[in-house]
Amino acid sequence: MLLGASGAGKSTLLAAIAGVLGGADEGDETGALRVGDAPPVAARGRAGLVLQDPDSQTILARVGDDVAFGCESLGVPPSAIWPRVRESLDAVGLRVGLDHPTAALSGGQRQRLALAGVLAMRPGILLLDEPTANLDPAGVVEVRDAVAAVLEATGATLVVVEHRVSTWLDLVDRVVVLEAGGGVIADGAPAAVFAQQGRALAAAGVWVPGLEPTAPPRARVAGATLVRATGLAVARRRGSVVRAGIDLDLRAGVLTAVTGRNGAGKSTLAQTIGGLLPPAAGVLDAAPIARGLSPSPIRWRSRELVSRIGTVFQEPGHQFVAGTVLAELDAGPAAAGVPVAVRRARIDELAARLRLDRLLAANPHTLSGGEQRRLSVATVLATAPEVLVLDEPTFGQDARTWRELVAVIAGLRDEGRSILAVSHDVGFVAALADEEVRLA
Amino acid sequence: MTDDAGRTRDGAWTGAGLAAGDGRGADLLAAVPVPPRVAAINPVAKLAVATVIGVALVLSIDVVSAAVALLLELALLPWLGLGPRVVMRRLAPILVAAPLGAITILLYGQPSGATHLQFLLVHVTDGSIELAVATLLRVLAIATPAVLLFATVDPTELADALAQVLRLPARWVLGALGALRLVGVLVEDWRVLGLARRARGLGDRGRITTLVAQAFGLLVLAIRRGTALATAMEARGLGAPGPRTWARPSRLHPRDGVVVLVGVAIAAAAVSAAIATGAWNVIGGAGGA
Repeated sequence: MLLGASGAGKSTLLAAIAGVLGGADEGDETGALRVGDAPPVAARGRAGLVLQDPDSQTILARVGDDVAFGCESLGVPPSAIWPRVRESLDAVGLRVGLDHPTAALSGGQRQRLALAGVLAMRPGILLLDEPTANLDPAGVVEVRDAVAAVLEATGATLVVVEHRVSTWLDLVDRVVVLEAGGGVIADGAPAAVFAQQGRALAAAGVWVPGLEPTAPPRARVAGATLVRATGLAVARRRGSVVRAGIDLDLRAGVLTAVTGRNGAGKSTLAQTIGGLLPPAAGVLDAAPIARGLSPSPIRWRSRELVSRIGTVFQEPGHQFVAGTVLAELDAGPAAAGVPVAVRRARIDELAARLRLDRLLAANPHTLSGGEQRRLSVATVLATAPEVLVLDEPTFGQDARTWRELVAVIAGLRDEGRSILAVSHDVGFVAALADEEVRLA
Repeated sequence: MTDDAGRTRDGAWTGAGLAAGDGRGADLLAAVPVPPRVAAINPVAKLAVATVIGVALVLSIDVVSAAVALLLELALLPWLGLGPRVVMRRLAPILVAAPLGAITILLYGQPSGATHLQFLLVHVTDGSIELAVATLLRVLAIATPAVLLFATVDPTELADALAQVLRLPARWVLGALGALRLVGVLVEDWRVLGLARRARGLGDRGRITTLVAQAFGLLVLAIRRGTALATAMEARGLGAPGPRTWARPSRLHPRDGVVVLVGVAIAAAAVSAAIATGAWNVIGGAGGA
């Protein structure tokens, strides 16, 4: 297992071993790296790499074709490919037809598909780069068990990068901690490394067993209902209702968590309550925060919406609209007509609170995952809405960012804001949720 | 029936295209269910048919050749086994565009023969009427086989055929195939970007401003997703030393030859009929017959 602070080069090292790092024109390389006896590029296929994002790893439209892709690249004779494909799908426990559309798979199934695609190449080394960071708890277990079965069957070497150490601890014999800027801080058996480096690792964002981040204490001040949904039905597009009959109250100072499996309509519910999608049926009543406008948020203008209900999207990249962090933070308040002096003060305060003050001139898209997440939360807070809708706010974050986000969100809740959070993250729900709405 | 890879495809082929249910935009790229006899035809043969008819019909601009070709195509349409709804949905853009083009030519086309209507630049004459009808039929006769044949082609099989039958470079073909799969993802991105602009307070701006800004956002996402997909493909050995093999062999069979011959026959019949009736009128040549 490879550990280290964000920016220590864990993913880069995996990519280098897999031979997909790019040529000399894309960066400098010093020292030697050999896979077997060959440079990694020549040995492509000996080391199989599985990445974090299930969406971008699915290559072809049908399950069988996707798994066959790697074999084709390596020049395996066609007659030998299909038996390998079936064998690999069996090994990861993905029991769907070869013609099954990959687009119909869940996140966990897609990661197992990627694993099968790599296995079919019969690699000696399995490289996993945060393979479960984007999965719900059931998906995490699926993938972990599939990897365990594969290692058992093939005897391959496993190199895994993951913030959530405990997922993999049973399979790991050795932990190597990389240092940002180069070098190795620690190298040894898991127990020894965690005993020696545990605190430093936890501070750097690793979920060290026994040193998991804890939730801040609760200052409970439940207030009035700000938004009420009655018999609400939600649809991504007109006519395709994903969920109906939802009743819920969002009260000031209360965090309501929405949980449930992938595809249950959680994000669609969040976007409907956020005033972005019209309700397909039922009533969404936000009269207490309407301040003279219609009680229905979808009727508000965009610039009226931002100072009443703020939505943080699951993927920060979707909600960035400006070229610098500063402009990004200013966009919402400027649209809402907040005076310049107030805007300045608010941005300074938010940037300090979410550790963005050194990044004000940076392009939002070039930030790290954790920085992007903090920025996306800050942009929404900049317009000071009373109701916050958060879609997977802690998804794929390391322990440090997690701790910071949980502290900020707890603070917002205790200030009396009403928060709706869609989350797969059991720890997050346990730490912050006052109420849970489960969409089965 | 059994294809070369040994996988059975019993009954109607489902062609579970890319990005099933991923968004409306992707539907138009996905193959539709077709009978096995159509699915069994190599995509390259379908490509050849559409090309042969297209080339024959752009040579001349007359009513006869286009009408003959269109009639023969419509006569063969049932063989494709597409439902009327699918046919109408796929042809809808052309059924809108072709008459619009024809009306433009009717009103503003090169005048010749008796004048029927003249108003400012509008000048409807015998010549412009004939030209308009010829254009309308021609667009329909060229586009119908192209659009409907492609509706029956699965993108993965097209890529297999382009690489194996036409020997196009594998990297290029697979890159294009991967990009096509991303279309479904990007359609969803576009939808979410629209919601996000409203959530950020920028949803009230003018249509053009919004479109431009949103398109830029989509471009950034597309580059990021494309890069990630390229890495994933390389991690699966794309570009590994040594020749690539193909899990789904794509070859030309006698039945493909028959299909191409039918295409050639349609083109030949259209051209012969036009020459025989004296309607043949090579584009760029002198005026009407």
